[in-house]
Amino acid sequence: MLKLCGKSLVLALALTSLVPAHAQSKDPIVVGSILDETGGLNIYGKAMADSTRLAIEDINKSGGVLGSQLKLVSYDAQSNNANYSRYANELALRDKAVVIMGGVTSASREAIRPVADRNKTLYFYNEQYEGGVCDKNEFNTGVVPSQQLAPLIDYAVKHYGKRLYVLAADYNYGHISSDWVKAYATKDGAQVVGTDFIPLDVAEFGSTITKLQDSKPDVIVSLLVGGNHIAFYRQFASAGLGGKMTIVSPTFGLGNEQTVLGAKEAKGILAIYPYFQEVDTPANRKFTALWSSTYGANHGYITDSAVAVWNGWHLWAKAVQKAGTTDRTKVISALESGISIESPSGTVTMDGSSHHAIQNTYFAQANDSHGFTIVGKQEAVPPAFEKEMCDLIKNPGLHTQFMPGQ
Amino acid sequence: MEHVSVGWLLNIGVSMALSIAILALVSLGLAVMFGMMGIINLAHGEFLMCGAYVTLSLTRIDVPLWLAIPLAGLAVGVLGYGVERLLIRFLYGRLADSMLATWGLSLIMAQLTVLAFGPSTQGIPTPLGSLSIDGYSFSRYAFVIIVCAMLLMALVYLMFTRTSYGVMARAAVQNPAMAAAVGINPRKLNALNFAFGAALAGWAGALLAPMVGVMPSMGEAYIARAFMTVVVGGPGIITGTASASLLLGGIENVVSYLSTPFFGQGALLIVAIIAVRLLPTGISGRWQRQL
Repeated sequence: MLKLCGKSLVLALALTSLVPAHAQSKDPIVVGSILDETGGLNIYGKAMADSTRLAIEDINKSGGVLGSQLKLVSYDAQSNNANYSRYANELALRDKAVVIMGGVTSASREAIRPVADRNKTLYFYNEQYEGGVCDKNEFNTGVVPSQQLAPLIDYAVKHYGKRLYVLAADYNYGHISSDWVKAYATKDGAQVVGTDFIPLDVAEFGSTITKLQDSKPDVIVSLLVGGNHIAFYRQFASAGLGGKMTIVSPTFGLGNEQTVLGAKEAKGILAIYPYFQEVDTPANRKFTALWSSTYGANHGYITDSAVAVWNGWHLWAKAVQKAGTTDRTKVISALESGISIESPSGTVTMDGSSHHAIQNTYFAQANDSHGFTIVGKQEAVPPAFEKEMCDLIKNPGLHTQFMPGQ
Repeated sequence: MEHVSVGWLLNIGVSMALSIAILALVSLGLAVMFGMMGIINLAHGEFLMCGAYVTLSLTRIDVPLWLAIPLAGLAVGVLGYGVERLLIRFLYGRLADSMLATWGLSLIMAQLTVLAFGPSTQGIPTPLGSLSIDGYSFSRYAFVIIVCAMLLMALVYLMFTRTSYGVMARAAVQNPAMAAAVGINPRKLNALNFAFGAALAGWAGALLAPMVGVMPSMGEAYIARAFMTVVVGGPGIITGTASASLLLGGIENVVSYLSTPFFGQGALLIVAIIAVRLLPTGISGRWQRQL
């Protein structure tokens, strides 16, 4: 058995080394992805991994980059941060990937970032986050607070009232974002009447709902994250508070909360993202049709994170095409030259100095058919805070994350 | 507080009673298994998760929720019986081995659920809506949880005092040799004990399903709290669970209300540590009564 295996392996190796020589003139370009496809965080990671495969396929179908096809090496980090640094090392050193895309939580980004920096491998983080990362080697396509939280708070104060109550997941995203809410509220002349940090394994919100009834805010800003926290929206609706205060959220929908909850429970919650599946443009119709033909007509809701991943790959491909090489410094220069693509969410432009994307954002309310109804749009919103703090063309040596109030 | 009123007092009272009831619900099955069999069942959270998934599946095929909840407990009870016959019965008196085996079982159950139902969160909308008193509104379903927790406590009490199974089970715990001498078959009792404990976990999961997100890892959110309640409560199944739930659930709720749920959780842990340090055999350890 062992001998046979050895022989067939040799044969197989001989064949594989022969085949590409005939099929293609150039070796494929190896690119890497690390996302959580299993474990608790896969409510975010699954759609992002599906989008990765779709984007690579799309780029290859239209001829690849520089005449070569892309070869995707992807790893499932299993919702375990230790896996991120391990797989980032393997991608950089063993697989020799020219670019690594991935990371779901901010913690996973901070696991990949130093490894990619050390190994001089270009890195893309394609997920909404708390903002402020400033690193020559990293590009971010996810929406940041100055594009998302600032307009959300403006909208809430204008439409619903000046008393805000913040509920935030108890880790770096929730803490930094709640500081942002406070800063934007003060600017708008509104008041944060309470802030609760909720550990990720808490699914019982009785005391929180009691406090909400005491302080009677006009608006609840929900920075809640993950499967357990979905219970908040349910217990809030069941306590009959839906008519008394409005929930606005920069995280609602990324974990498909609107399909998990009953239509009545979710209805009226206001979210804001660069992308909703309901965006009605020719580019998005084409994109959702492609998604349906690949993953079936009954595919899950296409999240904003999935489109951020799509944008990351296409921005990179365009930059490589422009640079004429996959060489890291030349691709970085190309990305810094103001590259822009037509994405399902509209025009997305990489801001050269801050390494963050300039993109549209949409306001949308959860409706009674487990989807969203778009109620507003802002065009080409710049990552204002990142632009102000971080100029990587003038100061290429920066490796930091700027926080509110610095 | 600056705004004491009937509604405000009711609001706090209901919220606290709900915390205590949920803690009692999720701990009761574990207390039966630990108190009656000395088995530490690390798959308790997954039995709870199974109860939630059975309820979810039944409501999907249009079984009314109020029928689905009792059926879910029975289904998990049958599952528990099977688990005892296939796995647990080989492990009596081997505490570490039984912990390892039930931990393995919990991983298998969670992964099988991922394969069968997918990894994403699902849910059942909370029924019954809300009622409004003195400017404050309450979820009617919260009252269902509180009443059901008391009913299940009563069920456990009646089971162990009024049925021959219960009397024999208590006899076997008090004096195994004498119980065997008068013809009580401990093997059969153990299977029933385990099935009963599993059914209680199943009911807890079924009752929680319309309040929370149903997902394969949902057991993890409750398992640590359930263990602390059982350890702090001690050997009395009902008296221990009730008193420990009152203490821990009450503290967690009050501290969460005064600060945030983060400190509420911390307070629960600190009180549990102090309680176990002062009363190593649990709150009910010094009481004479068995239940």
